[in-house]
Parts: sequence; C-alpha cells; structure tokens
Amino acid sequence: MTPAETPPPLFRMEGVSKRYGGVRALEKAQLEVAPGRIHAILGENGAGKSTLIKIMAGVVAPDEGRILLDGQEVTFRSPAEAAAAGIACVFQELSLIPDLSVADNIVLSNPPRRFGMIDRGAQRALAEEALARAGAEDIHPRAAVKDLPLSRRQMVEIAKALASKPRALILDEATSALTAADVAKVFAVLKRLREEGLALLYISHRMHEIAELADTCTVFRNGRNVATFTAGSRSNSEIIEMMIGREYSNVFPPRQPVAKPAKAPVLECRNLGWTDRLREISFSVGEGEVVGLGGLEGQGQRLLLLALFGVLRGTTGSVLVDGSPVTISGPAVARKPPLAMALIPEDRKTEGLMLPMTVRENLSFAALDRVSRGGVIDRTKEEQLIDDMVRLLEIKTAGLDIPVGTLSGGNQQKVVIAKWLMRKPRIILLNDPTRGIDVGTKQELYQLLRRLAQAGAAIVFYSTDYDELIGCCDRVLVLYDGRVVRELEGDTISERALIASALNVEAGQEGSAI
Amino acid sequence: MSEWRYWLNEQRGTLTGLAIFLVMFVIYVANHPAGFTANVVHTAANKGVLLAFVAMAQALVVITAGIDLSVGMILVLTNCLASWIVVGGAVPTALGVVAVLSTGVLCGAINGILVIYGRLQPIVATIATGAVYFGLALLLRPFPGGSVNEDLADALTGRLFGVIPSSLVALAAVVVLIWLPFRRSVAGRAAYAAGSSESAAFMSGVPIRRGKFAAYLLGGLLAGMGGLFLTFFTYTGEAAYASGSAYTLWSIAAVVLGGVSLYGGRGSAVGAIFGAFAARTTGDMLFAFDVDPLWQPLLQGVVLMIAVSIGSLALLRVRNRLDWFR
Repeated sequence: MTPAETPPPLFRMEGVSKRYGGVRALEKAQLEVAPGRIHAILGENGAGKSTLIKIMAGVVAPDEGRILLDGQEVTFRSPAEAAAAGIACVFQELSLIPDLSVADNIVLSNPPRRFGMIDRGAQRALAEEALARAGAEDIHPRAAVKDLPLSRRQMVEIAKALASKPRALILDEATSALTAADVAKVFAVLKRLREEGLALLYISHRMHEIAELADTCTVFRNGRNVATFTAGSRSNSEIIEMMIGREYSNVFPPRQPVAKPAKAPVLECRNLGWTDRLREISFSVGEGEVVGLGGLEGQGQRLLLLALFGVLRGTTGSVLVDGSPVTISGPAVARKPPLAMALIPEDRKTEGLMLPMTVRENLSFAALDRVSRGGVIDRTKEEQLIDDMVRLLEIKTAGLDIPVGTLSGGNQQKVVIAKWLMRKPRIILLNDPTRGIDVGTKQELYQLLRRLAQAGAAIVFYSTDYDELIGCCDRVLVLYDGRVVRELEGDTISERALIASALNVEAGQEGSAI
Repeated sequence: MSEWRYWLNEQRGTLTGLAIFLVMFVIYVANHPAGFTANVVHTAANKGVLLAFVAMAQALVVITAGIDLSVGMILVLTNCLASWIVVGGAVPTALGVVAVLSTGVLCGAINGILVIYGRLQPIVATIATGAVYFGLALLLRPFPGGSVNEDLADALTGRLFGVIPSSLVALAAVVVLIWLPFRRSVAGRAAYAAGSSESAAFMSGVPIRRGKFAAYLLGGLLAGMGGLFLTFFTYTGEAAYASGSAYTLWSIAAVVLGGVSLYGGRGSAVGAIFGAFAARTTGDMLFAFDVDPLWQPLLQGVVLMIAVSIGSLALLRVRNRLDWFR
C-alpha cells in the first residue's frame, strides 16, 4: 500500500533543536509522520536520530521548536505523557524490568486495575493478546524477563508497545537483536499496523529492511534532516552518501590470500564441549585468518567464545595455542601471554564498559598491568597508549575525562575494542560487535579487523549479520544446536549457503524443510 | 505443570528462607529440654515477631534497591513513645496506638522524602535520620520506665485457644492487610520496577516516586508496629542505642536470609519474616545447646555465616562464570 497522496500528518515537528552542553544533537529538525505509513529514519550514529526519538517519546525536552499532534501544539514532560497521547516506543536500549515477569512488563505503563489492585487475570489476558499480536505466542507470560534470551526480550518489548494501543509507534533498531524468523514476523505485524492506520517511525541501519518496509524515508546528518523522499526512489549508495556526506565504496576490505602456514595454527579446538550446549567442536584459526561463526542466534556461538575465554567451567575436549594444549581458567589468564586473548563482548553496556567512568579509565582497564610498575600507574605511558588508540580507531569524544556513557553507540564500541587492542592481543574473539552501530563505524571496523589479521592476529568473529560474514571472513563455521554443521570457505560463503546451513538443511532442499 | 514451575521460580528466595528457618527450628526444638510444646513455640514466636516486623520494614526498602539504617531507631522511638501514651482506658489506649503508628509512618515519610525528593543516598540519609530518631527517643525516655495498657499487651502477646501465639496472628494479619495489597498495587509494582531497573521503569512511565515513597512509608509503619510490640512485651520504654543498632543490622541479615536481593527488585516481605525467625533461632539454638554465654556472640556469628552461605550454595554449581554477576 503506497498511496500517491500523503494523508495529513498525525505528528509534526517544526524547527526542533537540542543541545547537550556544547554538542549540537538536533538543529532545526523538521519531520512529519502520517497515519497509515511507515516512515524510515536513516542516519549514522550521532546524526540526531536518538535525540529525535527521545523528544517524541517525552524523554527529553527540546530547547526550541514546536511539536504538533493532530495540528495541536503539545509538550511532553515525561514518557508517561507521551504514552497517554498515544505515542509508544520500542527502544533499542531495552525498557524492560529484568526481575518482573513478561506479563508484568507488558502492562507496566498502565496495569489493569480492580478495586485499586492490579487485576492479575486481566493482566494475563492482556499480555497474551499483546504477545499474540506481536507474533510471539511462544513466550510464557509468567517467565521472568531476565531469563529470556535477547531476541525474546526484544519481542516482549514490541508486545509491550502494542499493549498500550498506540496511534504512533516508534521502533528504534527494533530488529537488531532478532533472528531472521522473528524479523519476518515483526514485518508482518508492522504491515498490519500500517493497514490499521498507525503512524510508524522505523529506525534501522539495515538497508534491505528499509527497502522492504518503508513508504517514506528521511535522512539525518549532523542533527539536520538532509532529505525526505519516497522509498524506492533512491539507490542504496545514494542514500548512504546522503548519510555519511561522502562517497561510499568498498565497504569490505579485500580478503588477503592466507598462505597455508607450515607452523601450527594460533588457536585450535579439539572436541570442545560444555554441558549439552556445545558439542564436539573442532576447528583451527591460523595467523592472519578471520574465521566467522554463523548460524541462527543462540546455537552456541556466544558460548563457544565464552568457553575459549575461560568463562565457562567444566568444558571438555582441548584447546591448543601455537600447537600446545592450554588450560584457560578465566579471563585473567586468557588475556595474558602466551594466550594473549581478547574478547569483545556482546553487551558493551554491562560486559564491555563501566559507563559512569571516564573514557580514559575505561581504555586502560584491560591494560593496567602493561602501563604500571609495582602497582603504580605510569601516567606518561598510559597517555601514550591511549593517544595511539584514540588516533588509530578515530574515537570521537569531547575529551578523555568525560563518562564513556555519554559517547554515541558506535564510539562506545570503539572504546571497547581499543581497550583490548591496548594489550596487543594475538587471538581476538568478537561477539557480534557491530550490533546497533552505524554504517560508517562498521566500515571502519571491517578495515581494522583486516589490518589486525594482516599484522598476524587470529580472529574469531561471530556476527548475526550475514553480509558481514560474507564480506569479512576467510572461513565461516556454521553452528546448529551446539555443533559445527558446516564450514564454508572463500567464495562458497554466500547468503544462500549461510541460510541453508543455519537451518541445517542442504542448499537444494530448504523449500521443503521450512 | 509449567505454571507450577514458574510459581516456584518466582518464590525461590522466599522458599529458601522458609527452608533455612525450618531446618534451624527443627534442630533447635529437637535439642530443647522441653521439646516441641506450646510454650517453646510461644516464646520463639514472641522473640521472632519483633525482628520480623523490622525485617519486613527493611525488605520494603531493599526491594526498591535502597536500604534503611534507621529501622531499629524507629523501633526504639516508637517504643519510648508508646510507654507514655498507650495507657489508660480503651479510648486513650486506641488513640495512643494510632499516634504511635502515625509516628512510625512519619519517620518513614521523612526517610522517603530525603531519599526520593532530596536525592540523598539511602544509606547516608537513614544514618542521619536514625540518629535523629534515637535522639528523640532519648529525650522522651532519658531513663527506662513508663508503662503500657496491660490488658492489650497480654492479649497481643498471649495465646489464642491456649496454643496459637497471638503475636503470630497479628503478624499474619499485617501480611494480609498491608503486604499483600501493597504487592498487588501499582505502587508496589513500581517499587519492584524501580529496584530492578530504575531507568527502564522511568522510560515506561512507571510512577517510580510514588512506589518508592510508599515503600519507605510502609517501612516506617511496620517498624512502628515493632516498637509497639516491644512495649507490649516489656511493659516499659527504653532508649537503648545498642538494641536499636542490633535490630537494624539483624534486619539486613534477615532480608538476605529470606531471599530478598540487596540489589533490589527481587524478594518478598514474607521471605524476610522467615529470615527474621531463622536469624532469631540462631541465638536460641545456642541456648538449647547450653553454650557458655561468653561464647554465644561468637558462635551466633558463625551460625549466621553458615545460614547465609546456604542461600548462595547455588553459586557453586554455576558453570557459566558470568552468572555470578547476575
């Protein structure tokens, strides 16, 4: 459904600006969102998208400009006021309460009441209805949110937004944690909501999603809306040029042929197992190689990385580094020579960074032993290493002594990576490092990985993004139910092969298996 | 079956608290010279109820990811006040009870205002208010003394039908009339939500302030009930600093034993009650074993340490070390 004429807007922003200290997040932004349309917002991290959403959702107040709902000027002083006006948000930073149940969370903003108390029966019914609407009937309403994997939590988040019966729905990177099957379900839900006349604002870094869903696109750059156009009227590379303001080419660096080395591989696993979640995993990574881990989410990729880093107890099988068996009893051992491992974790907010601490402190955490003598930190040496890293990774920060939590998502991720590079690791394990970061930063990261490999590192790279596996990896191991079901190499790494192996079917027969 | 499992998962902390208490109580009774009699149960109940009220108060605040170091002093203050005004005929006594409980509520409200609206750290705010509450208690009762309506005191500390300790009945009534409605209310859920993830609660438009304020307020009320019962047991008021501090510290041990997470968002006041009874039993146990009084504090500490360790035994079985931090 793409009507030629746009209906009058439900929501309108005029000349909205917002500054944080000296940083300009939004500068006289204009935006119109019409009912019955899916409006995609594109832009790099730091382009102002998050601020725009926060203003719409009543989380932050704009410094200037007007917001109109149905032509009436409105001011939202809190998320509750925006919700009452019919604006619901699916946040990238999950807004769920981990210790409460799924049903508690779905009705959180406005629980059904009887005689002043929360009506548990009605709550259950509402939750089940919302989960069904979101296509997530598999989630039990009584399950505790903290026990659910990330992709299920994201589905609960969507159900929660739908439960408030909104008129406008904002989705901020809502699909970045979802499996392909869930993405398809969510798309069906969104298309139905469009039919029902909701105004949908869709923020994503995934171009093919926008191509499939959006009616209208608006591109933001440096806090301004630089273009609005009908979806499909511009090519991908045109859009990306608008986003980054420069020409876009060669996303992925060329693969370097890896000379089959005579010496033992840097990292080798033999029959690695852990409970029933990892079984008989054997593979090796040579010097200069980038080995990808693929497959559906939750098939053991993350656990494999944790096992290699010594986080899991009671693993079976053996791990060899440079040909000799090693015992990895914890991250403290793993990161030291001779192993010299680094693990870039999945959740930078809890496992990667200490958000309230400064950029400087975060950068030197993993390398404190390298910049100190007798327990005393050598500030000059620390400074030197940090400067090198900030330059190498082009970390954009107003200073080294501001809390790392104030940086944009992409720059936070760069700090996590830099923190580990300061140790000069030989084995680098990456756990979906590009989740929710912008195209420009992703591109820099791909180049960096290749440079590190050329400098002799062995890299294991788990990604939920097939394009990344295809573009970045020399080989890809596809995991299914804790086993390596397929190993793809060089030109055989294709989207088709990856998807087929991920579903554990032969490439020729996936039609019948699904 | 599956519904049952979810229920078990939700109540795990509380059930652990119950189990710890039962194990300790069985050991205690089995070694008691008199054995399992109404008298033994009655004494245990009356001793435990005081800490149970204070532990419930502590649990409410801890659920919001706060801590209340003034609960013991609220108990002492309301005890001193009650020894002045819960006297005379039915009407003056009733008015006295209302005034004592209102004082508890007011103390809780002051804590809540400082923490929520003053944005002070709960630990510091309640150390300060605790000192103030104790100071007031000392002014009310520079020396131990006073009296209480003995008919009411005996009714609430005696036995119903000759077997059931009435203090336990009163405690159960408080659970049904105060805790369960709170747990089912929007304010209660807001308290849990704020304790579990305050930023997510804010983003969802949850009335965080109302929930936290209700928790502090009811905490004051419950501590005040503890003070009232203390007066019923002792017939006097005493501004005892050591006793107030001990109640505060033991209330924290009790909530942990009862499966309430000090990180907030998890646990229940019912668990805290079991934790309080378990903590009380640690002291009584030494009496049953006829331990030299000189050794009692040391051994009580050891027993408490073991009891708290039982609750974290599950961590030994963790095979993914990241689970230690969740």
